[in-house]
Amino acid sequence: MGPLDIAHFLAGFVVLLSFSLLYQDRLPPLINTFAAQSLVLALSVAWQAQTQHAPHLLITAGIELGFKTVLIPLVLYWTIRNLKIHRTVEIVVGVGPTIIAGIALVGLSAGLMLRAAAGVGGLAHQDMAFALSVVLLGMLMMVTRRNAVSQVIGFMSIENGLVLAATGARGMPFVVETCVAFSVLVALIVIGIFLFRIRERFDSVDLALIDSFRGERS
Amino acid sequence: MLIFAALICQAVLVGIAGFAVCTAAARWANGIVYSATAVACLTGLGIALTCLLGQTQPALALPIGIPWVGMHFRIDALAAVFLAVVNLGGAAASIFAVGYGRHEQFPQRVLPFVPAFLAAMNLVVLADDAFTFLLSWEGMSLLSWALVVSHDRTAENLRAGLIYMAMAGFGTLALLTAFAVLTGSGGDFTFAAIRAHGVSPALSGVVLWLALMGAGSKAGIFPLHAWLPLAHPAAPGHVSALMSGVMTKVAVYGFVRIVFDLMGPVDWTLSIAVIAVGAVTALLGVLYALMQHDLKRLLAYHTVENIGIIFVGLGMALAFRSSGLAAAAALAFTAALFHVFNHSLFKSLLFFGSGAIQNATGERDMDRLGGLIRVMPQTAVAFLIGAAAISALPPLNGFASEWMIFQAAFLSAGLPQWGLRLMIPAAAAVLALSAALAAACFVKAFGITFLGRARSEAASSAKETDKASRFAMFALAAGCGVAGIAPGLYTNLLRPAVQMLTQAAMPFATLPAPLAPVAASHNTYNGLVIALCVVAAMLIVAIGMKVFANRRTRRSDTWDCGHPEANVHAQYTAGSFAQPIRRVYASIVFRAREAVHMPPPCDLAAARIETSLNDPAWILLYAPVGRAISVVSGRLNPFQHLTIRYYLGIVFVTLVVLLTVLAIWP
Repeated sequence: MGPLDIAHFLAGFVVLLSFSLLYQDRLPPLINTFAAQSLVLALSVAWQAQTQHAPHLLITAGIELGFKTVLIPLVLYWTIRNLKIHRTVEIVVGVGPTIIAGIALVGLSAGLMLRAAAGVGGLAHQDMAFALSVVLLGMLMMVTRRNAVSQVIGFMSIENGLVLAATGARGMPFVVETCVAFSVLVALIVIGIFLFRIRERFDSVDLALIDSFRGERS
Repeated sequence: MLIFAALICQAVLVGIAGFAVCTAAARWANGIVYSATAVACLTGLGIALTCLLGQTQPALALPIGIPWVGMHFRIDALAAVFLAVVNLGGAAASIFAVGYGRHEQFPQRVLPFVPAFLAAMNLVVLADDAFTFLLSWEGMSLLSWALVVSHDRTAENLRAGLIYMAMAGFGTLALLTAFAVLTGSGGDFTFAAIRAHGVSPALSGVVLWLALMGAGSKAGIFPLHAWLPLAHPAAPGHVSALMSGVMTKVAVYGFVRIVFDLMGPVDWTLSIAVIAVGAVTALLGVLYALMQHDLKRLLAYHTVENIGIIFVGLGMALAFRSSGLAAAAALAFTAALFHVFNHSLFKSLLFFGSGAIQNATGERDMDRLGGLIRVMPQTAVAFLIGAAAISALPPLNGFASEWMIFQAAFLSAGLPQWGLRLMIPAAAAVLALSAALAAACFVKAFGITFLGRARSEAASSAKETDKASRFAMFALAAGCGVAGIAPGLYTNLLRPAVQMLTQAAMPFATLPAPLAPVAASHNTYNGLVIALCVVAAMLIVAIGMKVFANRRTRRSDTWDCGHPEANVHAQYTAGSFAQPIRRVYASIVFRAREAVHMPPPCDLAAARIETSLNDPAWILLYAPVGRAISVVSGRLNPFQHLTIRYYLGIVFVTLVVLLTVLAIWP
């Protein structure tokens, strides 16, 4: 196996874990899967650091490992324990249709990147295709899940896709990556506070209850 | 060095604005702020004249604004001409406001904005890249908006502010699009790069129309003038003068900069649009003005008319230039620029006069004024000079520039396109008609306001305005006289700018000799001779009246002292004066209707005559657009109340659709 094969193996694994995120219907495994995705992503970034001889990517990998694999899952666990929320994910669209839609999205991004990045050397377009797939699947998760915690995880997984894209495409400034990482951390804090506020008021983090509170839907 | 000094002037103006923010409530702030503004403006005027006379074109790039792009400034000949116009108007308005501003009820709402507004207008003219231009342009719009709504107690002013805001936004959008087309995909926003880049013939029409809409909406061309007669009168007097006399000129500058300078050669067919729009604007502007009885609104509509005249001149210059008639193009362009200068003089003067009247009487409605010549004789004289100048009466400056525009129109016979050969004389005829109507309109404005007897208590007890205001008015009146008697002084100053944009210039005028637009063998105009003739004719008439009129025996009723009717309401009013013209012209265009309501027999109520006018711009353009916007926004309203998941869904679906399009796009 050459270095590119291993890079693609890891990137493909990240996409596979995105599907796994879509499949989960309970919160603890969802958080676990997210941690696993972040771990694989950290490995992928570290491998890119090796092959591209870009030592700053190792810092990115460290941030991934520290924040997304350890810190954020712990905070999320702590949150659901403190909130004592139902540990099931409220689903809008069933798992089966969601997975099929996800497959279509992966096909779309592969087809798009084959055309858009055709001129780029090496196999960069495949990296970009994987990254775009992760982003789209994260968005799909945010749209089709009603539980607030699962929306947070969807958001974080979009960010995972961005990091994957940033490390695959050479020359992305390091400062951009760190900025994105910190913005995600800030987002976690803000969203966490909101989760507590929502729970305080509605005794649930099911967003449908907020809709009915606004008087829009029953 | 000069450009640096010019920018320092603007920084000083902004500093004065900051000073005014802190001190506006104090009684003494008014005099200090306006005096300092006047000094800064006079310095700017000096810089502009130095650039024009020395024919230098200083440029400067400052590392502020967008990173790695910066802001570029330059004073070329065209910018220097408009810099002079802005700063002369600004200095006059500041001097006027030293006296006028003391009567301001809320000085903190006016004082800080005036210097900043002047600085923004100067920066528009100084800008040498699209970013700086648009930024300053938008600053100019916003600051003038703040001044329009400074007296926001009346619903009328608030409505004026709202309409102005919408139209200013539309205008900036059009200019932004024009610059985007001009810049292309190169991404270099400096004017030098745009000039070198050029614009393809297919796109030049788009850019011209966008410039006409963007700059024209600010200048007040029909039918985008709708905000102007609402907003200009709503502001305090000296600000009205600045908006009408100066800001519309900055808009003309924007149009000239884009169309004459940045676009390069323009096809002759496009000049038809400019000439037609100008002629329609001139005629409708003066017809609107005739129907008004609010003095400031009448003046604002006359701004519309004069902008029309300027655009006809610019359109002719475009037509001549595209056909290679450089001398004719130079004449038309000089005439347009000269009219820009002249209009800024007499329109500022007239707005000062109306401001002085409003301060003295609290009235803008001419039907509640009258007889002011007895209580405000000096204001009356200054206003009369301004009225004569705007009516294009020799030997004043309005005549000189309009005469030059007609001379240029006579040269249209040399054009190869028969369409233009027919159209330019027709446009000139329209201009002649509108000049005559303008004279009628100012007979009305002056006669109803200053002559006859006072129609209200306020008008009869008015006091003459203060010294600073009178000084500003008479200085501008003197400027009108000098520019009319010796137009060569000014056309010589305009030569570098005209040379730059039309590759030719009018012959250099030596002073005692008459002004020769083309050559000494053609038509010439000698202001001095005409001035002497006019003075001689006035003397003969005055002496004749003294000698002959007093000999006649006059008979009248006993005790009525020569006034056969005691009621002041038996005098001509603004409405009755305009009635013949309204019946002839306005019954079709404005659908003017008159209805007489007679009281039933035995009822002692007075008979009433009601006239109704319909503004075609509102009926045909604004009302349908307004209805369409309200229908569309009504349909889109549900989208304001979706849940966050639906919004995410919309974003997601849009993204997927766009990506799909990108994937299957051939």
